[in-house]
Formats: sequence, C-alpha cells, structure tokens
Amino acid sequence: MSTVANTIFSPETAARFDHLVTIYPLKRSALVPMLLYAQDEIGYVSDAVVAEIAERIGLLELDVRNVLSYYSMLRTKPAGKYNVQVCTNISCMLRGGYEILDHCKAKLGIGHKGVTPDGVFSLEEVECIGACCWAPAIQINYDFHDDLTPEKVDVLFQIYRDGQGKDEK
Amino acid sequence: MPTLVSHPDEVKVVSRRFGMGAANIDKYIELDGYKAVQQAIAQGPEMSNWIINTMKASGLRGRGGAGFPTGMKWSFVPKQSEKPKYVLVNGDESEPGTCKDHVIFLHDPHAVIEGTMIAGLAIGSKLGFIYLRGEYRYLLKIVEKAVADAYAKGFLGKNIFGSGVDFDVITQTGAGAYEVGEESALMESLEGKRGVPRIKPPFPAVVGLYGGPTVINNAETIANAPHILLMGGEDYAKLGTERNGGTRLFGISGHVERPGVYELPMGYSLRKAIYDVAGGIKDGKKLKAVVPGGASCPVLTADEIDVGLDFDQMGKAGTMLGSGGIVVLDETVSIVEFALRTIAFYQHESCGWCIPCREGTDWIKKTMTRVYNGGGTRKDVDNIQYLADNMMGRTFCPLGDAAAMPTLGFVKKFRKEFEDYIDGHKAGTPIITVEQLVGAGH
Repeated sequence: MSTVANTIFSPETAARFDHLVTIYPLKRSALVPMLLYAQDEIGYVSDAVVAEIAERIGLLELDVRNVLSYYSMLRTKPAGKYNVQVCTNISCMLRGGYEILDHCKAKLGIGHKGVTPDGVFSLEEVECIGACCWAPAIQINYDFHDDLTPEKVDVLFQIYRDGQGKDEK
Repeated sequence: MPTLVSHPDEVKVVSRRFGMGAANIDKYIELDGYKAVQQAIAQGPEMSNWIINTMKASGLRGRGGAGFPTGMKWSFVPKQSEKPKYVLVNGDESEPGTCKDHVIFLHDPHAVIEGTMIAGLAIGSKLGFIYLRGEYRYLLKIVEKAVADAYAKGFLGKNIFGSGVDFDVITQTGAGAYEVGEESALMESLEGKRGVPRIKPPFPAVVGLYGGPTVINNAETIANAPHILLMGGEDYAKLGTERNGGTRLFGISGHVERPGVYELPMGYSLRKAIYDVAGGIKDGKKLKAVVPGGASCPVLTADEIDVGLDFDQMGKAGTMLGSGGIVVLDETVSIVEFALRTIAFYQHESCGWCIPCREGTDWIKKTMTRVYNGGGTRKDVDNIQYLADNMMGRTFCPLGDAAAMPTLGFVKKFRKEFEDYIDGHKAGTPIITVEQLVGAGH
C-alpha cells in the first residue's frame, strides 16, 4: 500500500518510491533517481509525475521542476517507445557517428527529438555516452549498441520493430 | 557489449579480474575478493593509519583526471567530526573519450564496493555512495546486484567482518549531465539539486555531502584500493614512475586499429600505446594529432607523442594525463571541425552558473562556427584565443578550464589551419555541416 493515496504509479514503482525516500540521510536525495524511474514507467515526466514526486519528497512542484530542467535525460514530452540516442561526440564522430545519425534520420524520417508517427521510435543526438572504445555507439532506451554500421542499424531497428529488442529498465 | 582487448605490454592490476565472471560474488571471493578489507580490519586500532599509509606509499593518484594523491586526500578528513562522514564514488564518467569505469562496473563491481569499504574504514565513515551516470543503467543494475549480494553474505551492514564497525552502501543514478562529474556538483546532485558546483574552500574533506566530511574518488581510484592493500603500497608504486605509482586504464579510441581499454604502467610511452598496443593508425593512414586524456586535454601533434603517460611528464609536455582517454586523429581530420565539435560539447554542458564559462563557451562556439562556415576573419582566431584566456581560472569548477584548454591547444598548434579556413583552403575532410551542428542537440 503506497504512502500516497491515488498514486499514478504501478504498485511496484510506488513501493519502490516508498522505500527510496527512507534510505538517504535526506529525503531529497531520492529526487533525481525518482524522476528517472518515473519517466521509465510513464514515458516522460508529466505534470502528474511532478505533483506526486513533490508530495512524496515534501517539496514544492517548483523545486522539482527546477531540478528536472537541469538533467538532459529527463523529458517533459513523450518520446517513442524506443528512444534512439546517437552519440556524435569526438570518438564516435571519428568513426562514423554522424553517418549513423544521418542514417537514422533518413531511415526513421525524423530529426533530433522527433518521434515517428506510429510512436515506435524517437531520435536524439546525444553527447558522449561512455562507449568511446567501441564507437560508433548508440543507446536504444538504456541498451548500448556498439561498433555500428548503417547496415547494423537497419537490422537493429527491425529487431525493435518486431518487438524482439532488449529493453532494460 | 564492450569488447575485451589485451596486449602483452599490459600490467593487469585493476583489470586483473576482467572477463573472469567476477561480477559473481563467489567468483570474486575466489579471486581474492574481500580479502583486502579483512586484512585492514585485522590491523586493529592501527587500521586507519595502516590503510592511509599504504595508500600514500602506493603513489596512487586520482584516476578521474586531476591526479591528486589518494592517500593524502584520505588523510585530510578530520578524525573527529560532529557530522557523519561519507565516502562518495564518482562513476559519473562522461569526459568524451573515456569509458574505463564502464568496464570496471561491468567486470568487477565488487572491487568498487570493497574499495568503498576500505575508504570508509580509513576515514571513519559508515556510509558510502556509488554514483553512476544515468546512461549506465545496465551497469547500475550490475552494481546493485553486487551490493545486494554483499549484504546477503553479511559483508555490508552491521559489524562488517567482526570489526565492530557498520558500513552501508547506497547506489545512485544520475540523469544526464557532464557537469555532475565535478565533485561538488556531484554532491549537489546527490542531495537532489541541480548539478552546479560549490565554491571551494571549504573542500569536501571538511564540508562535503550533507555538510559532512567527505572523501570523493573516481571509481577506478577506489577499485585500485583493495589491490594496493593486498600487494603492498611499495610494490604497487614500483609498477609506475616516480610520484606516479602503479598502472592505469587507458581507453584508446578514434583512428586506431585496435581501440579498447588497456591497463598500462604509469609512464608508458604514448607512441607505443598508439602504435603497438592499439595497433597503429587505422587503414595505414598517418597520425595527425592526439587528444591524450579526454576532450579537455590540450592536443599533441604527431611529433609530440614521445612522452611518458604519467601526470608529470604529460604536464611537462604542455598537456594533461586527464582521464586516460586517448583520442587518436588521423591525417584526414579537420582540426577546425574537431575543435568546433569539442567546444560545442562544452557549450552544451556548461551549467551556466559561472559567467566566464557560460558566455565564453558560447562565444567561442559562435566564432569557431563562423570560421568553419567560411565567413571568418583573421581577427576571429585572436578572439577565440582571447575568450579562452579569459575563462581560465575564473570559474567555480574546472569546466571553464576544460573548455578553454583544448581550445587554446588547437588554436596555438594548428593556427595555420584556422587561418587557411578563413582564406578558403580547408584542410582535412570535414564530416559535419554547420546545419548539422547548429540544428542538433548542442
């Protein structure tokens, strides 16, 4: 039973959040992880997410929004079911990161922060994701895909389209 | 999944258990895991001094990039403190060119946990945090599992290994911010705030997380601690060079035949790292330049690579060892383009707290964009240098310097290439268009 009446989260996530606010010396330390985990479940940080997290931690919604706007992984609009994040930072750039990005744009018919009409994919150009030695690399949601070529990207997209892609949360 | 690489010149200390399934706690124990922490506890009342002295003798210097001696850092924490003390592991790895902590979390998460316990015992802390960047979710799950397994064995929690000391570990995820890799910004983030830096002093060892004395170390630094206690500080120090003890994980990326994370002795030749260890320049091309320690380090030209990979030798060569991320550029690279992509990153990641960084990165990017686009004037090159000079040392955290230093390196060492751009002769093979750069996430 969640400590918040009418929680918008699943029982598992609500229970996780109930626990999360108890483990730190200060409750507020739960804020950043909670926003990210909420986004994982709801798809984005909606107004309702902001309201409930503010209530859970005992902050003003304004405080939550102030933090929310800082972190690049947090979004306030829905993304696709699979958010494709293409790294174009230096190590990836040297090994074809921009070629991968252009290929993704062409293949999905969307640009940076775009979502396909069927809602399956969204695309984002991102800064270094820490896969420099296995470049070029992308993340689809949280899963890393390394050492890519446009052909490998095509195969990956098909796997995800068929619902066979890994989707670690 | 990151490919594991190896080379005969490697000296494996922190990477000793890579590829051996040590994320499994029983395997880790079989491979001498959790022995170092027990050895420390066996020192009795001398435990703290013994750990700190061993770490000092090891010559280990911070693997995040600044290279501060770890034993000394631990010794700065006051013995008596009214407020609780904390250990904070910085796994917010996000310096472009750097992916070494990635493989530590993947292959040897218990070494990070054991190192956190050792740091805790050294400074008299009862609580450690392991903070991973938000993008490393699959690694966070590996670390979380390792922490849960350590609790299940009774290694964490109350009275660890019969020491009478309690020690807990909490894992934490970030949510995307380069700036949070800076120690004080990381503490802000962990306190549930925007990741902006704090003014120093006071330093974290005195006033850190939740206002308590805090030791904050890079994940690789922490993962080294158990190995150092087991092999002895002096023996670890001997693997490296003077004042640069031990070995280090170097991530070699870019235009090399065999990119990967290699563990090499401190002081190892940069030339050999590129040509022998990483197999030389990709497709038989010629070397043009090297960014030797992550994006923030000033560039070295092809004829400046006869230098040893340690903090002091790299400093003498006018650059930095940084995070150990060696980015190799072949002859086709347009330096103007590479410099622009680098500053675009820093402009994107500047948190905006300090004006010299916020404005400086933006104006350098704008000016460089104009040069790249073919509309530059000779004065633009001077302006870029002037802007970068005025950022140096004028911000709360090192992000301003991190943006200014590579900029100055590119402009000073490849000035002709910038001027040629302005005159309409473009060196190298540009990859990106200005539209791509401006229209994207930067």
